[in-house]
Amino acid sequence: MSELVHPLHRFIRPSVKYSTFCPGCGDGTVTQAILRAIDGLGMNLDDFVFVSGIGCAAWIPSPFFNADVLHTTHGRPIAFAFGIKMGLPDKKVMVVSGDGDLVAIGGNHLIQNARRNIEMVVLCINNGIYGMTGGQAAPTTPMGIRTTTTPYGTVENIFNISRLVMAAGASFVACWTAAHPKQLTNSIKKAIQKKGFAFIEVFSQCPIQFGRKTGVGSAVQMLEDYKKRSISPKEAAKLSEEELKDRIVVGELVDLEKPEMLEEVKKMKNKARGEVE
Amino acid sequence: MNGKRVQTGRYFMMGNVACAEGALAAGCEFSAGYPITPATEVANRLAERLPQVGGAFFQMEDEISAIAAVVGASWAGKKSMTVTSGPGISLMLENIGFAIGVETPCVIVNVQRGAPTTGMPTVGVQGDMVQAKRGSHGDYEIIALCPSSPQEMFDHTVIAFNYAERYRTPVFILSDAFVGHMREEVVIPEPEKIKTEYRKIPEPGTDPQKIKGFLDEDVAPMPIFGRGFKAHVTSSCHDEYGKRNLIDISALDNFIRKLSNKILKHKEEITLIERDYEGAEIVLVSYGAVARAAAMAAAQGRKEGIPVGTLRLITVWPFPGEEIEKMARGAKHVIVLENNLGQIYPYIKAEAAHDAEVSFLPPRLVGEIQDPEDILRKIREVSK
Repeated sequence: MSELVHPLHRFIRPSVKYSTFCPGCGDGTVTQAILRAIDGLGMNLDDFVFVSGIGCAAWIPSPFFNADVLHTTHGRPIAFAFGIKMGLPDKKVMVVSGDGDLVAIGGNHLIQNARRNIEMVVLCINNGIYGMTGGQAAPTTPMGIRTTTTPYGTVENIFNISRLVMAAGASFVACWTAAHPKQLTNSIKKAIQKKGFAFIEVFSQCPIQFGRKTGVGSAVQMLEDYKKRSISPKEAAKLSEEELKDRIVVGELVDLEKPEMLEEVKKMKNKARGEVE
Repeated sequence: MNGKRVQTGRYFMMGNVACAEGALAAGCEFSAGYPITPATEVANRLAERLPQVGGAFFQMEDEISAIAAVVGASWAGKKSMTVTSGPGISLMLENIGFAIGVETPCVIVNVQRGAPTTGMPTVGVQGDMVQAKRGSHGDYEIIALCPSSPQEMFDHTVIAFNYAERYRTPVFILSDAFVGHMREEVVIPEPEKIKTEYRKIPEPGTDPQKIKGFLDEDVAPMPIFGRGFKAHVTSSCHDEYGKRNLIDISALDNFIRKLSNKILKHKEEITLIERDYEGAEIVLVSYGAVARAAAMAAAQGRKEGIPVGTLRLITVWPFPGEEIEKMARGAKHVIVLENNLGQIYPYIKAEAAHDAEVSFLPPRLVGEIQDPEDILRKIREVSK
């Protein structure tokens, strides 16, 4: 009998022998969605450069993906990705990182590059907590939740990340949860093909640091909760802000055609050359 | 301007502009920065000139993203640089450590200004000398060059790119507002007379699993992106293959030592010094703009019959301690001159004090270059 090999195994770095994710973590689902999207498009990992920051989600491409990967400092992957994309405009550049990385410490790079509408895919894996450091509150941790740095409950409002990136000017924004692996895979395919800043927020369950400590429950309970709270943009349009408070608006929220930065840079260079010639 | 990469000719040129032209002559293709006095003229010139030769300058949202983009572009295979002043360097330090940790060639120009904090932007102070060496966390070695004229802003920028490419490391130009804003004659040679280097990269088609792309004291080939090398580049502690190791202390020791030794092993080739102290009993040690005042005072002292000479550090980091020690063996007095409260002085004293009396002469006001008359007075005083 021949050895059974997972069809996506060829995308995994040969030196990687095990996963570093906790049992029940949603990041494995996201990992599969990314690789299925790339496989589905008939692409190769050599078509990509992956960039990640610090945190659990940053460990999806680093070290799993057998590709060019830059694992960077906390909050800055999009800024590093900017330089990579400018240097290798024909490669697909994909940033995979968490909500703390991209929205707390790195929030400015997120909105500034959405504004620039530079072609890259940014996957923000939102688990609503700092998992790697042991369950501290994030700008995505719902009000009132007890965490290790908010033992009496969080006292801050949260970011609606997808709305933030839409407002900043990204040309593609989608939001899904780990309970929507097929829809997520399809949106990643679209994001890869998008000429512009393509952002996908993925709610991903963290049963260990979020579920266990906050009493929300196991991975299964968290996924059930995601499903219950998810609502389409069409249905959401009928509800008030108050009614939407605990809901997750899932779907492709924005898909626009607008000037993309690399194209504008190309025109600028032609102009500069023309002026001196 | 003819739009060519190398603007061969003789010019009356500002130091900051000469720096930008040096970058182009060295083959710079990518620059990212954030506006700051007194460094803006470098960025302005790069913004105008780089697109003419197919490159580009990008104004980022802050200095953190500027150095991040520079490191990213370098991994994409482009010769890259950023330019800023002290406050910008303070913001860049974490990612400068990153660049060192993953061995990224890039040039960082610091046109130093009145500090600490927001300080006095238009005044030149040599206030960030130790920051360049010790500012980012952890043990590391850095290369830093100190130009003292617009011509050297050109020349040293070319050298900085060559060092960055040869040793796969960030290289500092530690200029200041005096040198940056000074206008003097600058001669830009013919392109074929300017030596430029490019990093070693692995042979195309090498099995990615066999590429040792990191931690070689003789500088590993750089598995730049987009060539199928499947490079795993992490600033976390890693081995020669780039594989992360967060559990084995011997891996950490190897990570720290190899990075440092890569620079220290080549210190002799990196060290640039101007020596004019043969037979001198008194030696003035300085660098940057202050070296101009030191040279003037020494010339005057010699006219008066005092055996005084100079040693000028061009490479301040890695610190050329052996050179200082060698000089001190033949001297009686070493006078250290800096436009600050004595940042490199302790390093010089540690090497020189065994053989000579070592003293420090600050400018009357920090932010002024020492008056040659004051230096001369000090020379006369110690020669008695």
